[in-house]
Amino acid sequence: MQLSAFRAEVRSWLDINCPKSMRAPAVQDEVVWGGRNFQFKNPDSKMWLERMAGKGWTCPMWPEEFGGGGLSRDESIILSQELLRINARPALTSFGISMLGPVLLESASYEQKLEHIPKIIRGEIRWCQGYSEPGSGSDLASLATRAEADGDDYLINGSKVWTSYADKADWIFCLVRTDVDGPKHGGISFILFDMETTGVSTKPIQLISGSSPFCETFFDDVRVPAKNLVGGVNNGWAIAKRLLQHERTMISGFGLADSLNSDSNHASIMDKVEEAAMHYRGDSGRLSDPVLRDEIAKFKIDSEAFALTSQRSLEESKKGQGPTATSSMLKNYGCELNKRRYELLLQALGSQALGWEGSGFDTEELGVTREWLRSKANSIEGGTSEVQLNVIAKRVLGLPDILSMRKGRD
Amino acid sequence: MSLALNADQELLQDSAKSFVAQNAPLSVLRQLRDGGGERGFDEKIWAHMIELGWTGIAIEESFGGFNFGHVGLGVVLEETGRTLVSSPLIPSVLLSGTAISYFGSDVQKKQLLPKVVKGQLLLALAVDELPIHSPNHIESAATKVDGGYRINGTKTFVLDGHVADKLVVVARVDKDGSGSEGLSLFVVDNKAPGLNIQRTSMVDCRNCANLTLIDVYVDEENCLGADIDIEDSASKFARVLDIGRIGIASEMLGSMQAAFDLTLSYLKQREQFGVLIGSFQGLQHRAATMYSEIELCRSAVRAALFELDNLESSDDSVARMASMTKAKVSDVAQLVSNEAIQMHGGIGMTDEYDVGFYIKRARVAQQFLGSAAFHRDRYASLNSF
Repeated sequence: MQLSAFRAEVRSWLDINCPKSMRAPAVQDEVVWGGRNFQFKNPDSKMWLERMAGKGWTCPMWPEEFGGGGLSRDESIILSQELLRINARPALTSFGISMLGPVLLESASYEQKLEHIPKIIRGEIRWCQGYSEPGSGSDLASLATRAEADGDDYLINGSKVWTSYADKADWIFCLVRTDVDGPKHGGISFILFDMETTGVSTKPIQLISGSSPFCETFFDDVRVPAKNLVGGVNNGWAIAKRLLQHERTMISGFGLADSLNSDSNHASIMDKVEEAAMHYRGDSGRLSDPVLRDEIAKFKIDSEAFALTSQRSLEESKKGQGPTATSSMLKNYGCELNKRRYELLLQALGSQALGWEGSGFDTEELGVTREWLRSKANSIEGGTSEVQLNVIAKRVLGLPDILSMRKGRD
Repeated sequence: MSLALNADQELLQDSAKSFVAQNAPLSVLRQLRDGGGERGFDEKIWAHMIELGWTGIAIEESFGGFNFGHVGLGVVLEETGRTLVSSPLIPSVLLSGTAISYFGSDVQKKQLLPKVVKGQLLLALAVDELPIHSPNHIESAATKVDGGYRINGTKTFVLDGHVADKLVVVARVDKDGSGSEGLSLFVVDNKAPGLNIQRTSMVDCRNCANLTLIDVYVDEENCLGADIDIEDSASKFARVLDIGRIGIASEMLGSMQAAFDLTLSYLKQREQFGVLIGSFQGLQHRAATMYSEIELCRSAVRAALFELDNLESSDDSVARMASMTKAKVSDVAQLVSNEAIQMHGGIGMTDEYDVGFYIKRARVAQQFLGSAAFHRDRYASLNSF
C-alpha cells in the first residue's frame, strides 16, 4: 500500500476508535500493564486496548500469524506519528512487549511463539524478569539459581531480586543455572514459567522513594516442564544479553522526557524545568537565577542532541536489525539525563520539592520528590552506568579486557 | 525529518574523505607553520579543492555554484576538519560567500560569487570588534557621503584578513540602530586608502588579522544591503552568522573525531604495568564517555545542516539549531582535546606528536562566532527563559 494511503487509513481509524479520554498522557495509576488480574481504572482503557490489540497495533511490527500488526518499519513509524499527533497514550505497556517478545520472536520454537506471543500482544499475560540475584548484580553471569533436570521437568531452587512487579505478574522469564561445572556464561539457560506454580513466592522491597515496584522472588522446588526452556540448554546467556539490549533501549527512552514535552502535549508545569523554575521564582520572560538558567540550557541542549541521536540510531540500524551496541550508549546517556532533569527540578522548586507527604505540598510537588528518588535507580537497573561504559569500551571501541590480559582468559 | 545522508551526499562525503586522506594530511599544516610563507595556506590543495567544486557547493547555480546545499558543504568541512586543513574554504566561501548571498543584490552576486567559486577572488568577513564574540556590539560606522560611504572602526579575529583580495566589513549605517539592526556590509579592497591590515599569529597557525579603518571610502556599488530594511537586515545578519556557526561546528566535529581516533589507537598500543593501558577501566570509561558525547555532536551537526537546507525552516528554528549545535560541539571539543593530551601522557605534550595541533585549533574554533556560554545564553532566550 502507498504510505500516504496508509497514513490516511490510520488517521481515520484512530479518529473513530481512540476514545477521547485516551488522548492525554496516562497518569501513573492509569498505565495499562495487562495480565490476568489487571483492574482497569478507566473503562476507556479497556476498550482502547481491545481495539488496538485487535489490529495487532500494540506490537505493530510483529508478524501477523501470531496476532501482530505485520507493519513495515515505515508503516510503523507512520502509526507512531499519528498516535503522537492526537497525543494518544499507549494502549498497553509491558515487559512482554519491550523485552521478552522480541527475543522470543528471534529464538523461541514455533510452539513457544504460538503459545506466548498472542497473549503478549493482547495483554492477557503480564510478565516479570528473573535476572538479578542477591549475589549477582553487575556480575549477572555468576547467578546461582539452580535448575536440575527431573524427568520431563526441571526443579528450580534459588532466589531473584529486583524482580519488577513480580507480585503482580502472571509469568516470569528467568535465568537459571543448568550447568555448574563449565565456565559461568556457558551454564545458563533461559526458561519461562507460571508465577502460580507451587513453590514460587514474592516479597515487595520498599525503596527510598517509598514505593515498591520491585520484589524479592523465591523458588522452592518449583517444577517447570522442560519444554518451557527457550533456545536450548546452556544457551541462555546469548538470549539474556540480547534481551538486555532491548531493555536498555526501553530505559533509554526515559531520557527523552524533555524533548517529548513539546508545547502541544504538556500537561503539567513540571514537564518543562525552565517553566517550573520561573514559576517558583515569580519570573516572567527570563529566569532570574543566571547559574540555574545556564544549567537548564545545558540540560536542554543535551536532551535535544540525545533525542536526535536516538532518532539517528533508529534510522541507521538497518531494517529488522533491532538494537545494536549503541543501545548501551543510549541507555547510559538517557538515564543520566533523566537524573539531571530531576536534580534540576529540585533546584527549580526549592523547598516545595522536598516534601514527603501531607499538607503544604500539592500532588505534583510530592510527585517530584518521589520521582527524583526513583530516578536514582535509572542508572542501576538494566545494567549500571558503569557496566554500560564497560560495554561501550569493549564492544564499540574495541578496547582490551583487563581480565583476559591479566589471566589469559576471556 | 530524516537525519540520514542521501546517496549524492554520501558520495561527496566519500570523495572528500579520500581526497583529504591522500592529499591533505596534517603534516601540511605543520609545514605551513614551520616554513612560514605569506599566504598561510597550501595553494596546490586549494586549487584542487576548487577543481573538485567544493567552493560552489552551497552557492546557487545562477551565481556560478552547484546549489548542492549546506549539508554538502558541511560534510566536506567535517572531512577537512579531520586533518585540520587550512584553506580559504571557511573565510571566503562559508562566511563571505554566504554574506554576499544574503545581503547582495543580484548584480552584486553576479559580479562577486562566480569569482569566489572559481577562487579568483579571496574574501574575508570582518564582524567582531571585541575579543569576545559580540555581534550586537558593532561600533564601526559607515557615514553617507557623495557617491558612497566613509567607514571608520576596528575589527579583530578576521580569518584570512591578510590574504583576502577584498574584505567584507560589517558596519552600522543607521546611527540610531542598536544591536544587530541597521547594519550593512561593505566590500573593501585590500589596498583601499585608510585600511590597515595587521596579520596576527594565532595558536592554531591559521590565518587571522586585525583591521583598522580610517575614513575608508567605499562606493555605493560595494555596499551590500543598503536597501534592506532594518529588521530584515538583523535577521539576515543572524542567518549568515548561524550558517557560519553550523559550518564551523561541522569542521570541529571532524577534528574531535580525529583527535579521539588518535587517542583510541594510542590506548591500544601503549603498554604499562605489563598490559595495554586501554584495558584500564579508569581510561575506558572516559573513552566511552567521549564516544557518546561525540555521537551527540554528530546528531546535532547533522540536524542543524538539514535545517539549513529545509525550505520550511524559520529564522528561529535555524537560530535554535545553530546555538544548540555550537554550544554542544564547543563543550565536547574542549573535553576531547583535553582528554586527548592527558591520555597520551608525556608524548601528548611534545610538539613532534600531532595531538597538540588539535587542542590549539579546538580553542580557536570554540571561541569563533560564539563560545558555548554565548550560545547557551542565546538558546535560553530563544526558548523564552
